[in-house]
Amino acid sequence: MSAIILFLAVLAVIAGWWLSQQRLMAKPWLEEGSVGDFPGGDSMTWPAAKVGLGVFLAVASALFVLFISAYSMRMSVVDWRPVPVPRLLWVNTGVLVLSSVALQWSYVAAGRHDTESVKIGLLVGGASAVIFLAGQLLAWQRLGAAGYFVASNPANSFFYLLTAVHGLHLTGGLVALGRTSAKVWRGAEIAEMRLSVELCAIYWHFLLLVWLVLLGLLTGWTDDFVNICRQLLS
Amino acid sequence: MVDIPYDGIAGIPPAEVPEVELYHPRSWWTRYVFSQDAKVIAIQYSLTASAIGLVALVLSWLMRLQLGFPGTFSFIDANQYLQFITMHGMIMVIYLLTALFLGGFGNYLIPLMVGARDMVFPYVNMLSYWVYLLAVLVLASTFFVPGGPTGAGWTLYPPQAILSGTPGQDWGIILMMSSLILFIIGFTMGGLNYVVTVLQARTRGMTLMRLPLTVWGIFTATVMALLAFPALFVASVMLLLDRLLGTSFFMPSLVEMGQLSKYGGGSPLLFQHLFWFFGHPEVYIVALPAFGIVSDLISTHARKNIFGYRMMVWAIVGIGALSFVVWAHHMYVSGMFPQFGYFFATTTLIIAIPTAIKVYNWVLTLWRGDIHLRVPMLFALGFIITFVNGGLTGLFLGNVVVDVPLSDTMFVVAHFHMVMGVAPIMVVLGAIYHWYPKVTGRMLNDLLGKFHFWVTFLGAYLIFFPMHYLGLLGVPRRYFELGDTSFIPSSAHSLNAFISVVALTVGFSQMVFLFNLAWSLFKGEASGGNPWRATTLEWQTPETPPGHGNWGKELPVVYRWAYDYSVPGAAEDFIPQNQPPRATQLVQGAAS
Repeated sequence: MSAIILFLAVLAVIAGWWLSQQRLMAKPWLEEGSVGDFPGGDSMTWPAAKVGLGVFLAVASALFVLFISAYSMRMSVVDWRPVPVPRLLWVNTGVLVLSSVALQWSYVAAGRHDTESVKIGLLVGGASAVIFLAGQLLAWQRLGAAGYFVASNPANSFFYLLTAVHGLHLTGGLVALGRTSAKVWRGAEIAEMRLSVELCAIYWHFLLLVWLVLLGLLTGWTDDFVNICRQLLS
Repeated sequence: MVDIPYDGIAGIPPAEVPEVELYHPRSWWTRYVFSQDAKVIAIQYSLTASAIGLVALVLSWLMRLQLGFPGTFSFIDANQYLQFITMHGMIMVIYLLTALFLGGFGNYLIPLMVGARDMVFPYVNMLSYWVYLLAVLVLASTFFVPGGPTGAGWTLYPPQAILSGTPGQDWGIILMMSSLILFIIGFTMGGLNYVVTVLQARTRGMTLMRLPLTVWGIFTATVMALLAFPALFVASVMLLLDRLLGTSFFMPSLVEMGQLSKYGGGSPLLFQHLFWFFGHPEVYIVALPAFGIVSDLISTHARKNIFGYRMMVWAIVGIGALSFVVWAHHMYVSGMFPQFGYFFATTTLIIAIPTAIKVYNWVLTLWRGDIHLRVPMLFALGFIITFVNGGLTGLFLGNVVVDVPLSDTMFVVAHFHMVMGVAPIMVVLGAIYHWYPKVTGRMLNDLLGKFHFWVTFLGAYLIFFPMHYLGLLGVPRRYFELGDTSFIPSSAHSLNAFISVVALTVGFSQMVFLFNLAWSLFKGEASGGNPWRATTLEWQTPETPPGHGNWGKELPVVYRWAYDYSVPGAAEDFIPQNQPPRATQLVQGAAS
């Protein structure tokens, strides 16, 4: 559980920093007055949707970190046999990077009011995300064909579980991306769509980051780190 | 409501909104059923939670019948008894209390108290309720599937939860996990709304330190729930896979029905860590909204500002943070590394400090107050006493050496029913008596209310006080019957019969409350907009019950904190948060 505790500690620092900006030392019973007499108490200047996405990313991170905590605790049992990671995953990773880059490009284009580039970015981003998902399914199939079934070893179970959870999050993102793209294609004002594109891009970067961490875990690159974390608790 | 444009610089919604920007229900369906109005969603949440809560109440009667008069009722067998305790616990903790405090009170009070027109993502908010309803229906369906609901205990510990021999092994456990997963998805949608609404949709002048403590409590509890529920999600998904696909996340190798099972190597302890990483914050997810609400009830009905407002806010935040590092105090006897116990005992006892600060502050708020013993106040006082009681036995159980002999006895049952059963329910009931006039425009009947309070309050003590004694005798929890056991005297059996009679009486007295709710809806005395002469924004709405968009044409502007009661020199003994300072000064000038 040390991973989730570390994660919560990071969140606590962020929350603490934010709270420290909110004048928690104020004496509200003395502060009678109109707006602006007491600075520092306003909402953030971010739009609500962006704050909402931020909160959601914190929740999703907590979910993945908890899976990673469970992974690190379970892998210390003797029956653990690491899965040989299919080479295909490297291709998939490349495709996901492309997807993320395309959406970022689309967001930058939206800032220039360049409708055509926004459309191309969204299209490439969405298509490569779909290819990534298909690639993941293919990787499952190959593992299954090689005899690595879900229940035959805990390492296999975790491989399928983690990739599935990540894939489901990406699928959810594709729904949002689809809605955004539909609006752009129907000719919505690019200035109005900029926020939606930005949110999609942020979510994609987040899922890319999560994927890289999971990949590190599944390929065993982070084993040493996991060991250190485990020793912290025992 | 659709995309109200926000002020880019201040981040505050505009005070005036053109009529076209507001969410207008177009038909009966979108007004009352698929409504995006937080107030309607709140009522939907509350009714659904209460309905499933009544099921859990009936289950507790059945359990008490068995415990009080073992062998008398042939329609209850050992398996059913286990199913009753499991479903009773699960429903009460998650589907009733969590849903009611956050989905019910959160939805109704947050937008009104911070001066917003609605939640920031109304559509997601609506989805949240419908996913919650689906979760409740899946849960309720387990009563009708072959094998019945799961009897694994509300903690659902593997390996027994998914092995044959535990009732509900076929369908019950699968549907239970599915229902929890749905609940968490639904809650996350709602929770995002509550948090972002408090962060981004506060009206002009509503700084964080001017928020009523109710909002602070619900806000902090929601943040905690958003971070704690994923642990239950992870545990549920992995247990579901163990049951369905035969993976061994939690399942060790063992012999099942005389045969070596297909499982091997899994760690039941891992499940307990995940479960309690959710389970302990859950206690405070229920308690923090109760803390917040009770602060407002006490201040309003004692006509006095809350004592130590800042300290109350810090304590809420502090409790929220600390509650994430105490989970393993539920696992002292689980076989985990023993020295962990001392760390977790220490953190557990540290939580007593902010909690005690809150209790002192409530009592000091009452001191020399102008106390009106109206029904909401009675329930608030009942809460303080009950919470102190349950909290003190928590100190017993938080210590490793005291906990070990008391583990799995009725003492534990008595403790958690006092601290997170009776105490939050006292607040729920008090809050309903307090805000019912705002929701319906009518007062609840006072005489019936007082009857309801005294029977519930005294009854709860008659039920749960003797249980502490039973626990000290060593009477175990979760046992279908005690049989002839030498260390349990016959007086314990008489005491059990007594508890059962009282439990049935208190249970039936809740029907008086339900009658009161229904009767007052039509025949109750008209309340007016602000019957308790309270300061917070929800009492200052132009209409009662509040209309769509809550505030009519213009959003309120806030000039003061939420607790200006009995201000010296003021014309009235309360000053609403949206009353400008000049008006008060004029009155003060006239007075001097």
